[in-house]
Amino acid sequence: MHDRLAMTLQDDLTERISQTGAKGVLIDISSLEMVDSFIGRMLGNIAAMSRVMDAETVVVGMQPAVAITLVELGLSLHGVRTALNVEKGMELLRTTISAYDRSGIDAGS
Amino acid sequence: MQVLKEDRVPIHAANDIVVVRHTARTWAAELGFSLVDQTKLVTAASELARNTLDYGGGGEMRIEAVLNGARRGLRLTFEDRGPGISNIDMALTDGYTTGGGLGLGLGGAKRLSNEFEIVSRVGEGTRITIARWK
Repeated sequence: MHDRLAMTLQDDLTERISQTGAKGVLIDISSLEMVDSFIGRMLGNIAAMSRVMDAETVVVGMQPAVAITLVELGLSLHGVRTALNVEKGMELLRTTISAYDRSGIDAGS
Repeated sequence: MQVLKEDRVPIHAANDIVVVRHTARTWAAELGFSLVDQTKLVTAASELARNTLDYGGGGEMRIEAVLNGARRGLRLTFEDRGPGISNIDMALTDGYTTGGGLGLGLGGAKRLSNEFEIVSRVGEGTRITIARWK
């Protein structure tokens, strides 16, 4: 991923959450051949920004070689929820969002 | 140690980091590195290229395919003429940053490499060399 593309994604995403009132954000990184600390920080930022806009973020599709490298690099992706693939990610979003709805607590709190 | 071939990639803009990654990936694949080893090398290269750009004010990467006895490997050297690093031990500590980053770049790149060398002089610049063996 291009650096500028990563920054654009942050801006576009928060804009879209605001427009649509989306409750969930799913980011598929299966096409990423590496995740360095810059991209890791961006993913963390997106999750944090979405959370304060009342939307949950799930990152899916991380390649095994990327996961191995990420841990050795020292990145733990704190505060970023992950799932193996898009299907499992959607499932996680649904249960998370409906759990918030049932408890009457905003996803952002 | 024998140098089989070498090339240089200038690092003066964010887009050059993409070129650095692509070059490291291509050379590592050519040498027959496993996918995990390719990914480790490319990620280390990405961290160091970003440091060269953000902290060193730009510079270049020299990439060399090397032969040490029967072992093949890749050696990457990142050089800038920036302000230099006054406290290298501190700079290598995870979480320490003078910029806005996560402070994982140097220590992370070191962990992802088999060899790591850093030479820095305040006011003159920084040279970081990493190697990964097949």
